[in-house]
Amino acid sequence: MDFSNFTYLQEELSLIGVMVLLLIYDLFGSPKGLKHFQWVACLLLGLHTVWHALPGTGTEGSAFGGMYLNFPMGNIVKTILNIGTLLVFLQARNWLESEKTVIRRGEFYLLTLSTLLGMYLMISAGNFLLFVIGLETASLPLAAMVAFDKYNNGSAEAGAKYILSAVFASGLSLYGISLIYGTTGTLYFTDIPAHVTGTPLQLVAFVLFLAGLAFKLSLVPFHQWTPDVYEGAPTGVTAYLSVVSKGAAAFVLMTILYKVFGGLIHQWQTLLYGIIIITITLANLFAIRQQNLKRFLAYSSISQAGYILLGGISGTALGMTGLVYYVLVYMFSNLAAFGVITIVEQRSGKITIDDYNELYTTHPRLSFVLMIALFSLAGIPPFAGFFSKFFIFAAAAEQGFYVLVLIALLNTVLSLFYYLRVIKAVFINKNENPIRPFRSDNYTRLSLTICCLGILFTGFIGLIYENIHLFSFGS
Amino acid sequence: MNILSLFVLIPLLMMAGLFFAARLKQIRCVVTVGASLLLALAIGLAVAYLGKRSAGQTAEMLFTADTVWYAPLHIHYSVGVDGVSVAMLLLSAIIVFTGILASWKTEFLPKEYFLWFCLLSVGVFGFFISVDLFTMFLFYEVALIPMYLLIGVWGSGKKEYSAMKLTLMLMGGSALLLLGILGIYFFSAAAGVPSMNLLEIARTGLPVEAQRWLFPLVFTGFGILGALFPFHTWSPDGHASAPTAVSMLHAGVLMKLGGYGCFRVAIYLMPEAAQELSWIFIILTGISVVYGAYSAIVQTDLKYINAYSSVSHCGLVLFAILMLNQTAMNGAILQMLSHGLMTALFFALIGMIYGRTHTRDIREMGGLMKVMPFLGACYVIAGLASLGLPGLSGFVAEMTIFVGAFQHADTFHRIFTIVACTSIVATAVYILRTVGKLLYGPLRREYLQLPDAAWHERLTAILLITAIAGIGVAPLWLSDMIGESLSPIIEHLQ
Repeated sequence: MDFSNFTYLQEELSLIGVMVLLLIYDLFGSPKGLKHFQWVACLLLGLHTVWHALPGTGTEGSAFGGMYLNFPMGNIVKTILNIGTLLVFLQARNWLESEKTVIRRGEFYLLTLSTLLGMYLMISAGNFLLFVIGLETASLPLAAMVAFDKYNNGSAEAGAKYILSAVFASGLSLYGISLIYGTTGTLYFTDIPAHVTGTPLQLVAFVLFLAGLAFKLSLVPFHQWTPDVYEGAPTGVTAYLSVVSKGAAAFVLMTILYKVFGGLIHQWQTLLYGIIIITITLANLFAIRQQNLKRFLAYSSISQAGYILLGGISGTALGMTGLVYYVLVYMFSNLAAFGVITIVEQRSGKITIDDYNELYTTHPRLSFVLMIALFSLAGIPPFAGFFSKFFIFAAAAEQGFYVLVLIALLNTVLSLFYYLRVIKAVFINKNENPIRPFRSDNYTRLSLTICCLGILFTGFIGLIYENIHLFSFGS
Repeated sequence: MNILSLFVLIPLLMMAGLFFAARLKQIRCVVTVGASLLLALAIGLAVAYLGKRSAGQTAEMLFTADTVWYAPLHIHYSVGVDGVSVAMLLLSAIIVFTGILASWKTEFLPKEYFLWFCLLSVGVFGFFISVDLFTMFLFYEVALIPMYLLIGVWGSGKKEYSAMKLTLMLMGGSALLLLGILGIYFFSAAAGVPSMNLLEIARTGLPVEAQRWLFPLVFTGFGILGALFPFHTWSPDGHASAPTAVSMLHAGVLMKLGGYGCFRVAIYLMPEAAQELSWIFIILTGISVVYGAYSAIVQTDLKYINAYSSVSHCGLVLFAILMLNQTAMNGAILQMLSHGLMTALFFALIGMIYGRTHTRDIREMGGLMKVMPFLGACYVIAGLASLGLPGLSGFVAEMTIFVGAFQHADTFHRIFTIVACTSIVATAVYILRTVGKLLYGPLRREYLQLPDAAWHERLTAILLITAIAGIGVAPLWLSDMIGESLSPIIEHLQ
């Protein structure tokens, strides 16, 4: 048997290796020994991340007859996802060590890693079959993670909501893929473009397929699950959902649009045009009214998904660079915000914006982190969010979507309004009963420091953007 | 290391210093040293600049430096100055210095206050030294956002409302601006060599059809910060709620960012559209000028009076820029300097008076000249500068503007020039009325014990008055320096 194909799968294999090690540790570790689970998991994932981020490890090419593709851009995105997962792991200690969840902590890490594996497969898929396997691998464990805190009604309900919507969305997607197979006679990404002619059936197929990914990305009108699930799920899982899962889906959607549906570019540009406008505007309008910070960030992340797609709509290399860069910056910003919310929720049980009034007097550092995270999400310089927004807008403007860019820009002003609401609560409002001082654990501190460094410096290092640009492709 | 980058580096170092400063004394030490360095640097730059010019260097921008930042989009960190930017840097350095003196007594969270203040200065200085559109826009936005917290935390009155209104309106403006910048970049790239550099884009030129929609976008975007009617409403509320030094910096320098941007980006890069469409904006700025002055007449809050007067004066800056000839533009730049200095003086004095009387309502004050002669005299001087007394900076600026504006022979321009001129009368009304009510008349008993200015207050006032009188008495070196740098822009227009 020829094993040479597996050399292309190094990253997947090493992730499976990490999973197996953790599984064995979880099974055979004594209760006392399991206390070290978090740092062991972080260390293994960290090694895995660093190993595959080093230049020269990924071999470019295709394996299993074009089923699996390994390309540099995919590796960059995988590294970004790795970093995001690592940050989520670092933040997980607080909620995972609580009494109800502590015996299942190993499961959290394993489930998370298996969704990550699913995302790897989605990214590297060269065939719709592998793509579906990846999509399902990435979705199903997430439902278990959402319901992780199963004695909490909210969490259990969120899990049920998530699984039902996820299954429905993948059903739509699968139906779309079957129609694509019916009209083109193949499932290989490389062969489909020659047969895509834009017949009505193919358009229907495309729209159905899009629905599946739009659900993962929580684009309007597939966004309804988002606020409920984000609110109910443990905050660490919410962070993972909003950043890693979303980032992977956005990139996969874009590569498939570029590679497979390149011939239908005008059709999908029109479709995305509408979706982006509705997504950004509607989510921003809903975000204004939120009191619960998790729901608030849920709507904010829906609107951010709209911005992410702004990079994809151009269909160019510049757009791909913008999108990947945006995902990277969004990851730092959103995880910083979630990191603060997780620790505050864990230590004080408070989660509404009003509870955050006058946070600055008791927690100056956390307030500072929250502030730069929100400013970065709003796209305010000198934070990285400004640069990523600029590049996304530049990519869309290059293709002449000036009206779309204008609408998106006016929406950033709207979004600034609600981000400033939180900042106002933290710095300006008065509170008779502010959140009491507490000490954060070192893991959270480390993850917040990494996020802050990312927010502060990613924008000023032109090399990051240029390296991503080097491997971008487009029509 | 380029000398201009120091303008950004010093405030950044000040921020780093503040981060480690613990006691109030250390904080004051850091900011004073930093601000003095900036002032010295700005004066040194002006001297060096004049020296280079008289040595016969004719390049449009001097002290240039260029580093590639984002190669795929041709974004460079690119700096350089001409006479106009040197003048603006000088103004900013003076205002930052006096602003820090004016906030000497900040006791509530001083460290954070000065941190934001320094970030604001980073934005302001960075904006004036940039030659690259992206860098310029970056610094522009850096200057906007600290305002929210400065007003929201340290402000007074309905500060939360004002801070939010100001931030959102200015961000709305910068949204238009960003679209404009992207448009400029991609259209000029289509027409020639892709570049974000202002000078290169001006050389390439933009197609006229693109200019027609880009010019209004960019002009409105910057104009919002320059208090262009009907987008001026953030200004009175914002200035009234802001703490003293922030009002000074905001009215004195930040509003000039708007005027400078209109002139440097909108007019310079899109000369054809500027000629075609200037009439729309002349009407709007004409309204700003007159409306601001008349609104100031009916206000009773000192800060509101001065804020509306700023609307009127900054409107005049934009009005003069739109006249598109050398004399009026020269006047516009002089007006920016003059208004920057005198409005900073006004806000500083108002802050000092408010600190003593705890009211800003002129109906509740009177006779203050008797108890605080120094502050009173300074207020009168500022007022006289504002209404254009010869010998002070206001006269030089307004005279040049109106002479330049009247050079247009057509009825439209003439009518609007005359209308704008009437604002001088209105200015005299509100200034003299305020001075009369505030400083003369019967003194209230509760004000009898009020002290006159302290040393740092005196220093603030004297420094600003010296600068105002300096421009008024010897405007020539300044207007020569500006005029020289304007000629390439004027040539571009013809």
